[in-house]
Order: sequence, then C-alpha cells, then structure tokens
Amino acid sequence: MKQIGPEPGTVPPIRVGLFVTCLVDFFRPSVGFATIKLLEQAGCKVEVPEIQTCCGQPAYNSGDPATARAVVLAWLDAFQDFDHVVVPSGSCGGMLSHHVPELFADDPVNGPRAKRLSERTHELTEFLVDVLRADLVPVHRGGAVTYHDSCAGLRELGVKQQPRGLLAKVRGLELHEMAEPEVCCGFGGTFCVKYSDISNAMVTNKIRDAEASGGDTVLAGDLGCLLNMAGKASREGSPLAFRHVAEALAGVDDIPPIAGTGVRQ
Amino acid sequence: MNHTSDRFIDNSRAALANPVLQAALANLKRGFPINRAEVVADLPEFEELRNVARDIKDHTLDHLDVYLEIYERNVRASGGKVHWARNAKEARDTIMRICRDAGARTVTKGKSMVVEEIGLNEALDASEIRRVETDLGEYIIQLRDEPPSHIIVPAVHVTKEEIGDAFREAHEGLDPTRALSEPADITAEARTRLREAYFSAEVGITGANFLVAESGSSIIVTNEGNGDLTQTLARTHVVVASLEKIVPTMEDAFAILRLLARSSTGQEFSVYTSVSNGPKRSDDLDGPKAYHVVLVDNGRSSMLGTNQQDMLRCIQCAACINHCPVYSAVGGHAYGWIYPGPMGAVLTPSLTNIAASAHLPNASTFCGQCEQVCPMKIPLIKMMRHHRNSAHQQGHGGKVSKFALFFWSYFAGRPALYRTLTGIGVGVLAALAIGRGRLKSLPLVGGWTANRDLPAPEGGTFLTRYRRGER
Ligand code: SF4
Repeated sequence: MKQIGPEPGTVPPIRVGLFVTCLVDFFRPSVGFATIKLLEQAGCKVEVPEIQTCCGQPAYNSGDPATARAVVLAWLDAFQDFDHVVVPSGSCGGMLSHHVPELFADDPVNGPRAKRLSERTHELTEFLVDVLRADLVPVHRGGAVTYHDSCAGLRELGVKQQPRGLLAKVRGLELHEMAEPEVCCGFGGTFCVKYSDISNAMVTNKIRDAEASGGDTVLAGDLGCLLNMAGKASREGSPLAFRHVAEALAGVDDIPPIAGTGVRQ
Repeated sequence: MNHTSDRFIDNSRAALANPVLQAALANLKRGFPINRAEVVADLPEFEELRNVARDIKDHTLDHLDVYLEIYERNVRASGGKVHWARNAKEARDTIMRICRDAGARTVTKGKSMVVEEIGLNEALDASEIRRVETDLGEYIIQLRDEPPSHIIVPAVHVTKEEIGDAFREAHEGLDPTRALSEPADITAEARTRLREAYFSAEVGITGANFLVAESGSSIIVTNEGNGDLTQTLARTHVVVASLEKIVPTMEDAFAILRLLARSSTGQEFSVYTSVSNGPKRSDDLDGPKAYHVVLVDNGRSSMLGTNQQDMLRCIQCAACINHCPVYSAVGGHAYGWIYPGPMGAVLTPSLTNIAASAHLPNASTFCGQCEQVCPMKIPLIKMMRHHRNSAHQQGHGGKVSKFALFFWSYFAGRPALYRTLTGIGVGVLAALAIGRGRLKSLPLVGGWTANRDLPAPEGGTFLTRYRRGER
C-alpha cells in the first residue's frame, strides 16, 4: 500500500511564513535574516512570500477599516497555506493576530478565513517560547543591555518573559532593567508625527530611563519603537545603541546598531 | 465651559513649555499609580471584582429605564423630589430655580464633574447667589477662576506658592504676612472660611458617585468630609447626577466602591463615604428640610445601544488619567473640556461632537495602560478607534494624513509596485544619509525630524536581498 504522509520516523518541519513587516523590510533587513536564522535553528522551514506588504494597521488605527481590510486580504492570500505566520514585531503581530478577526467580524466569507490564520500568527519570541518551546543554539554576545517592552506586544500579546527568558541564555549578556520598562516610548505610528511634541516628551523620558539602567544597548521587539528611541538618542548625542531582540538572540554583530555605538565615554 | 479641544496641539505645546505644570505632573505620576499598585496587590480578588463590577453596570445599563424609575419612586417615598434634565440648560435652569425658591444667597458645593459639565458655576456666578466650593481643590481653582485639570484632584496643576498667593488676595482682613507655605496653614485657613459658608448656606449642592435604586439613596465619597457638611447643614440639598450613576442595590454600590478608591488614589477606601436619603425625618438629628435630585442626561441616553455604551460604566476614578503618558505630558487643560485623559478622549466626542474634539481620540499611542488599569474594564482603545472612524468618515482626519493614507494604501495593495518604490526609497535615504547613518531633516515627516534623527536604512530592502539569495 502506498504510504501517505511523511516517511515513518520523521516529522515534517513546521512550515512558517515570515511576515517581515514594512519597517524591517525598509530599515533593517538584518532583523529579517536574524528571524529566519532563529526559526531555522528551532527546526522550522521558513518561506518568505514575495507579495507581502503591510499589516494594515496604519489604516485601521486612522479610522479607515475599509482600507485596512483591503490590505489584510492580500496578507490572507499570501499566507493562508502556512502552518504558522511569524512576525518580528508585537505591534504588527498584534494587528494580525488580535485585530484582524474583529475587522472581518461581519464578513461571512473572509471572517472565518481571517480568524483561522490569525490564530496561527505569532510574534517571534512568543512563537519560539510558547509555541515551539525551542532550544536555540547558544550564542555569545557580550555586553550590558536593557529591554524596552513595546506596548502592543506586552499588553495585547503578553510578551514579557519570553524575550527575557531567551536573552538569559545568551552567553556574556547582562540584562539591566530600566525604570518603567513598560511605559510607552511615544512612537504610536502616526502619533509621533502628528503629535510630535508630546511624543518627544515621552521618548525623552524613555532615553533618560534607558541611560540610567546601566545597559549600553537597548533591545526591543518592535522596529517602530527602536527607530523612535534611536532617532532621539542620536539627536541628543547619546552613546546608547539600539538593536532588535532578534539580532541579539541570533548573535548578529557584523552590522552596526541602529544608532549609537554602545560605548560610553 | 469653553470647548477648546480643537486647539489641542497648541494647548499641549503651551503645557509642555510650562515648567510649573511639568513638575506637578511628575509628582502626580509618582504618587497615585504607585499607591494603586500596592493596594491592588494586597487584594487577591481585585481582578474578579472588576468582572463583577463590569457585569453590574452592564446589567444596569441594559435596564436603565427600569432602575431609574425605581430610584425615582424611592426618592419620592422618602420625601425627596426627582427632576429630569435632558440637557445642560434644563439642568441649570432647574437648579437655579430650586436655589431661588429656597431664597438662596449662599450656595455651598461639593466636587462634581457633571456640575462642571452643565455650566452651573457660570450660571451661579452670573446671578446674585454666592457660590462657595467646599472641596479644597475646587475652592482653589474657584479663587483662581480656572476649570479643573483633573477629575479627582482639580487643582493638581497649582503650586503651594500659587495657592498662598490666591488666598492672600481673596481672604481680606487677615495679616498679609501670615505663613501660608505649609499645607497645614492652607487647610486651616480654608477650613475657617468654609465653616462660615456651611452655616450660612441655604442650599448645598453635591454630585453623586452612586444612586441606589432599591433605596433611593445617593452616595458620595470624599477625603475631606466636605460632602457631609454640604449636604447636611444647608436647608436644601440638591444632588446633581448623570443617569449612569445608578446601580440596582446597596450591595452593588459597595462592590464597586471596593474598586473605586483603590483605583483612584490607591486608598483602600476613601475617608468619608456619605449616604443621603431624602430630607430630615422627625427623629433624625440633622439633615436638610428639602431634598432634590437633578438627573442629567446631556447626551448619555443617545450613547445607549451604540458602540459607546461601555463608556457609561465609567465611575470616574481617574486611574486611566493617572496612568496615561499623554496626560502626564500635557495635563488636563490641554484636552480643552471637562474630562481629560483617556476617559475624556472617549467621553468628550460622545457628549459634544467629533468635529470639535477629533484630536482627543487621535492623540493616543494606543499603549493600552489605561485599559489595563480601568476597574470597569472599559475598552478605551477600541472606543477611541470608533471615534477615529467617525472622524475619518466625516473628513476630520486632516488633509495631509488623508493623502498619506491614500498613498500608502495604493502601494500596500500593489506588492510589485511597493517593492520597486521601497527599493528606490531605501536608495534615496541611504544616499542622503551617506557617511552619517542618520538624517537630520526630511520633508513630509517634519514632525519626526523636528525632535529626532531618522536612522538611515541599513541598505537594500529585505525582500530584494532575500530574493537575491542572501540569508
Ligand atoms: S474610564 Fe475607567 S479608569 Fe478611566 S475614569 Fe472611568 S472607570 Fe476610571
């Protein structure tokens, strides 16, 4: 009889579609490559659909759900055949896993489809720890870091211990918690441009807390927050360096940090 | 009160540039949230209580007419009178008529946000009646002729020195060189002034934290005891309350009270919880001769059955305000109407109009701290997003952002074009930033580069590099 399914004794690898996010695509491709590396180490087969663009959040949060739906439909088409979708961002991850079902709540055709895919969509560290319970290849990445909890990852997805647990296994890395790591950095998507002065007050506090933490490099799971904080630190002449948590976990050190040197004078 | 929410951006700039306000806001941030965290940690059933409280209010709102009628019957049975006011003007007119009928020359007033909302202060001040605020914070801003900047600490923006100045100016006949630098001096002097007012007032006006349907009671909580004195010493007591203050039973009120002070100031309970029930009965030791309740709708009934109904669960504890990084950057006056912070960003557009207040629900990063602490589990972000939807539909989103959104969605829906464009974009930014790794200014995102650099892209888009085989 013909064997159906995998060869006896083998388990097919989990097929993961990487949704890289528009900010990583544009500003920081290394985060995408680091994510692939981590997922492959954890035994996944990673594919990157070419027709991906954005998660639709800019429209969704600007009060334009119709446009958001159009963008999310493209995501559904591109990713529906994967076992899981992984996103190196709590904000885009939250949009796709939490808000998308609501966005299609009244759509009998796409609603169930969207819900099914949303349930299989995860932020990177949450996926590695909670879904895969992965043991990563231990890397060495010396230095003192501090970790900023990005809002959507923290409060929509409960991402808090996962990145810290993974970072604890990186050899030579010391985590110095800053005061109020859970307070918003002031990014907020279009907020930081529309309400620039308020955003500035918020990010100023954040940089002050990060500098006082004793960490030289600020890690976070969202590029939006990182660009905001790095941009502010750079304007202020702060030596703080900024990296996505995926870079730290994958041991990326051949490209410079997002800003700063990480070396205090 | 003037509605200046449409000038939110200018208001907030002024607030950010005001060092006195900034110091006050920093203190506020260090105070209440820390106390709250401690008392919440001490109450294992806090989370469970939140669900109970939410369910009580949801049930009540679904049967609001029934409970309001039961309440009215019970107030009448205890000798009081209920007046229904559809809007601010009806409420004002009713209260002014009650005051005049009572021959009022002096009116004492406890703290009440709905009284601010209906503009009663302005009406009283324009009349021959003397208004005396009995909550210390309210008293201070009355002397300074300002609106409150916070719903539970209305004078949070005023320094001790400014209070001393206001007292010296207002309280004539005292030694102008007297000490007024310590809180004790300030409260002692205010107490002397207020005592005179309590005994001379013909009418005492209070708000209500709860109206209890089963007994016709109204409940207020204070830390100064001014509510008791306001409502028992005057001949006439007027309770002013918005419709959603109603709960079915005393037990319901006390379940929610267990959340209120904890969420608000981080106390287990407020110092005074005062219940009033109609006028003085023959065997009561004290109490007013006449008892009126003015029930204010002013836009609330039209929130019922809509996506804004959940906001009517609000018990005005201010936890969302105390934990809001936007409020803590700009303070309450920037919001331009009675209610600031996240609760104001939801309530103000509902009670006024979205055209004038579109900034409020937009000026949020949706960080979610407000929802996390709201004892009534109000989905504040979702509700702000509903307001953003209406603002967008009605064209109050701003031309630039509308254009940007259109532009973005055009490309986001066309992956090939998107890839080409982002590829060009990365090249252009990289060229502009060459050798420096950052951009100091950039057209269209001036809001960004006014205060921060834009880190330069690493080089090449991910999708292009991936397609070229890089791993
Ligand atoms: S919205 Fe919630 S947290 Fe804010 S004042 Fe109302 S009950 Fe309190």
